[in-house]
This record gives sequence, structure tokens and C-alpha cells, in this order.
Amino acid sequence: MTLETVTKGAAVDICGVSKVYGNFTALDNVSLRVEPGEFMSFLGPSGSGKTTTLNLIAGFTDLNGGEIRLGERSIGHVPAHKRNIGVVFQHYALFPHMSVAQNVAYPLKQRRVAKVDRARAVDLALQKVQLEKFSHRYPSELSGGQQQRVALARAMVFTPSLLLMDEPLGALDKKLREVLQLEIRRIHRELGSTFVYVTHDQEEALVLSDRIAVFNKGRIEQVGSGHQLYTQPETLFVGQFIGESSVLRGTHRTQGNETALTVAGATLAVSGQAKSDAAHVILLRPENVRVQPKGTGRHDGMTNIISGTVREMLYLGAAMKYEVGLADGSHVIARTPTQTEPFAIGQPVELAWNLKDGTLLADDGSTAGHEA
Amino acid sequence: MPSKPAPRVLRGPLYLTLPALAVLVLVMAVPLGVIVLRSFMEPQPGLANYVWFFQTKVNITVLLRTFSIAFWVTLCCVLAAYPYAFAMSVVGPRLRLAMIMCVLVPFWVSGVVRTLAWVILLQDSGVINRLLLSMGFEKVRLIRTQLGVTIGMTQVLLPFMIMPLYAVMRGIDLRLLQAARSLGAHPVKTFLQIYLPLSLPGVFAGVTIVFILALGFYITPLLLGGPQSTMLSTLIQQQVLSLLNWGRGGAMGVVLLIATFGILAIASPFMKRKYQMSGGSK
Repeated sequence: MTLETVTKGAAVDICGVSKVYGNFTALDNVSLRVEPGEFMSFLGPSGSGKTTTLNLIAGFTDLNGGEIRLGERSIGHVPAHKRNIGVVFQHYALFPHMSVAQNVAYPLKQRRVAKVDRARAVDLALQKVQLEKFSHRYPSELSGGQQQRVALARAMVFTPSLLLMDEPLGALDKKLREVLQLEIRRIHRELGSTFVYVTHDQEEALVLSDRIAVFNKGRIEQVGSGHQLYTQPETLFVGQFIGESSVLRGTHRTQGNETALTVAGATLAVSGQAKSDAAHVILLRPENVRVQPKGTGRHDGMTNIISGTVREMLYLGAAMKYEVGLADGSHVIARTPTQTEPFAIGQPVELAWNLKDGTLLADDGSTAGHEA
Repeated sequence: MPSKPAPRVLRGPLYLTLPALAVLVLVMAVPLGVIVLRSFMEPQPGLANYVWFFQTKVNITVLLRTFSIAFWVTLCCVLAAYPYAFAMSVVGPRLRLAMIMCVLVPFWVSGVVRTLAWVILLQDSGVINRLLLSMGFEKVRLIRTQLGVTIGMTQVLLPFMIMPLYAVMRGIDLRLLQAARSLGAHPVKTFLQIYLPLSLPGVFAGVTIVFILALGFYITPLLLGGPQSTMLSTLIQQQVLSLLNWGRGGAMGVVLLIATFGILAIASPFMKRKYQMSGGSK
């Protein structure tokens, strides 16, 4: 049992899983497959069920219904200590009374690995996280980032086919998070195990994952690559949770493959059909919206145009961000390359975008703004 | 992040300790000095009192018995207090308050009253024995036996074990147990390898307090015990108050004191920790 042997990642199958705490439904009939060796992130606001799912896979809580399979094996009734799954916690959970080396050796000791092999595997794991010089320190003598590296080494030293991480970088500052994100990616590549990573930070999920499962209110809203989630969100929640966006609300009318939405007096076209008579919205990404002087009108093939007033202008270095207020009180965010003569606050402008750049979504009542 | 302890350089307020220091000198140091002095000086200067102590078989028997009872009381206290303190550290705030009250309320009742309550419970025609009889068992002799003394002392001293245990257990991050499980540790091993070692400082603190208090216990062994369960404090009281032999009584006190220091010296290395509890983020 050493780290040199590349582990085969195991698939995780979550089939119709539910979890209820009292009268709170933490998970409602969730199904999901994580492919072998995949890096999958569970993304969602707190209380959305992502950590509950992770705890169910790890065996820290019992299922109320459904099945979880790791590889071919159903693990719903396997006790946590027999699942052979590595877990990294947000709070590190290092044993304070053991040195770094003892912490990392702990899972090997439980598996009765011979002392010589154990020492070698511990060295190797600590090398992987660049902490070989700290093996005799105690956790309290390490910084937060170092502690989390030790926890990472401890979770992978027994080469589990699945590694679970519960917001492992949540307690660290931004700089350190970015460094560790790269390390986690590298370790994932080197290890070959399946990784499941819980986070509420959409940027982190985009940076790390092959695919992302977006959780909301105990359900999975959408599973897909970061690109898919960003460009083709299936629900308004996903569209708003991933990346920046503007939402236009109005009355809709579907004709053929196009739908027209009347927003603040303007008729805006978007491809796609409204699935029901219920309220629909258009989701716009800031980089797809052009800000132009009032009266420019339709040109360059821009199909949609709506007028508004610049409410806020932010200089971001390479780009500028405008918040443009519309007649109905809502606003649209537009991102443009830095202009030499930017629009002034209070200036009337026109917003223009292409038919294909708007996304028609059913209004599920989600509002912008990520939960911290 | 590792936090460095704030430097303690405030020497100014040392005078704030003066009142307490004065009381300690008056009621502790001076009488103790007098006792030590009299143990060597009365009736004649010399080691006669100590020679008498160690040459009198009864004294040795009682000294050993004192340690033996203190040992059993301490053991019973640990066994009873450990699960109680653990439960206290994991339950919700309301139940915890109730549990703390259960520990403290008897503590506020005078030791004499509690011991007399035990007399009622333990005596030959007492509650326990009547219960045993009514269930068809034989009578058990509890009062004036070492068993009775041990039971009574355990109850009286239990809070001194529960409180330090609880204080340490409250600081143990239970999520560590989850981590150990995920790393492949059976629940029993999780307890033995993670929880128990982390709770040991509380065990040592409680054991030390209870053991030392038990060594000097007077009222409870006097009321619940018989001639076969006399403890050293009772003998000292006899020497000093009944026989007015301050020299011998003093010598016995000094022996007990030195023995106690010996126990402390043995226990203290175990109470040092190489690590800090705050290993995690919170």
C-alpha cells in the first residue's frame, strides 16, 4: 500500500437518496453519478444539501431512503470506518496530541501496515504536500494552510479510491486558497482517485472541477462542466449562482422557436420556448451586453435593444462595469473593454445584445447575490 | 493560525495577592509550622514520635488503609464521573444546566448532613437493606464497613471529579472522532486512541484532587465507618483531642502530608501536555 501505485478512482452512484432531520428535508430524492477519477464539486448555498450528501457518502449520517454505491459496492450500511474513503474537513480535524507524522500514519496504523512501509508512505505523502520537514511538529505549531496540507496528506496516504473534501479551504485567506487550489488539482492528477469537493464558492468550483453539481434546497438543480453551467444554465438559480448575471422580468409570448418578453416597454427576443404560462425571465451575462450612446439603434446584427440610465460605473483595470437602470426600476450589468471616454453616471444609454446571448428561464424566484 | 500567548509581564498588581497571602500565612503556614515543630519537640526533642509512628502496627495498617480507601474512592469517582461528564459535554444547554445542578446542589448541602443521609440509607435496617430483603436477597452489611465508607466518600467527592473532567471534555472537538472514523478507526479505537488521550488531563486533575481530599477525609469515615475502617485523620483527632498528645498527632499529620506530596510529585509529569488543544480552525 504505497502512493506510487496509481489508484483507480471509483465511481460514486447516488440513487434516489433522501435525508430528513426532524421536519427539515435536507435531501429530497437526489440522484447523481460521479465518474471514476472525476473531480466533481458540490456547489450550493449553505443548507442546500451538499454537505449532507458528503456526510452520507462518508457514512457520518444514515440514509433515510435510496442507495449509495462506491464502485460496485453498495455502502449505505457499511460503517464509516470500513468505507475506505478519505475525508478532508474544513476545520482540518488533525489530532492535536499527535505529531504531523503520527497524524499521517494514523490511517495506515488502523490498516495494520508494517512499520517500515508506514514510514515510507508517510514520507511520500508529506513530500506530496511539501511538508516533509515538519513531520515532528504538532498541529498547533503549524499555520492553517500547513494544517490543511497535513490533513490532505492524511486523507490520501492510504490511497483511497474516493476523496471527499468539505470546504477544505474555507478557513484560509484568498492568496493561500489559490495556492492550495493548484496543489489540490495537481494531487488529483497524480493520485487518480475520484474527488468530491464541497464548496459554496463558485469560483473555486470552476477552477477545480471537471463537473459541478449545483445544489439548492435539498435538490440538484443541474450537473455539468463549469462552461455548460455558465453558458447553458437550466434554471434561474444556476444562472445566478454561477458568475455574474442580470435578470429581466416581463410578460412573455412564444412564437415558434422564439419568445418575446416585454420588459419596461421594450420587446426583447430570446431563442427558446416558454415551458409554461408561468413567469419567465431573460438571463444576461455582463460581457454579452453592449453599452452604446442613446439613439445608436440596432446595428452589427444586435437584435435586442433597451434604453436606460447609467447608475454606476466601475473601473476594473482591463474592463469596465456599468450598472444601467431600466425604466421599470430593475438594472442590467454590462462589462465592456476599458473605454477612453466612459459613459458618465446619469447618462442615458442603450443596451444591446444578440438573440443568442440571452437565456430564457422559468422564474423560480431566485434573486441575485451569492450567499457568503 | 498559531496564536502566541500574550506576554505576562504585569508585576505591578502583585500587592493584590497580599490579603489572601496574609490569611494563608496566618491559618496555614503558621499552624503547620507549629505542628511540624511540636512533632519533633514534644514531649522531648528528637525523632521519638516518628519512631513510634512507624513501630506501631496499627498506625501502619491505618496509613495503608487510608491510601487503599482513597484509591478505591478515586477509582469509583473516575468510573462514575467519566460518562457523566462526557454526557454533560455533548447535551444541549438546558439539559447541561440540569446536569450541572444535579452535581452542585448536593455540593451545597453540608457534608455532615449528606453523610447522615447515607447512615439512613446504609444502616442494617436502612433503605438499601430493606429493599434487598423485600426482593428476597440477604442483608448486606454496609454501615461500619470499608464498603460503606467508600460509597459515602465517592458520593461526597464526585463533584470534584466531574468538574475538571467536564472542563477538559468541553474543549475536545468531537469532529475529531468523525475524522478518525473516516481514516478507518473502529469506534472503540476512536475512543481509546483519540478521545481518551485528549481527556486524560481532566482525569489526572480530578484524580489528584479527589485522591488528596480522600486521604484527609474525616467526617464521612467517622460516621459511616467502624473500627475496621478507621482512617488516619480519625487517629490524628484521637491523639490530639482525646489523648492531648500533640507530638504524636503532629508526626502523623506530617507523614500524611509528605505522602501526599509524594503522590503529587509522581502525578505531575503526567499532567504536562506537549500539545495545545486548539489544533483546528476554531
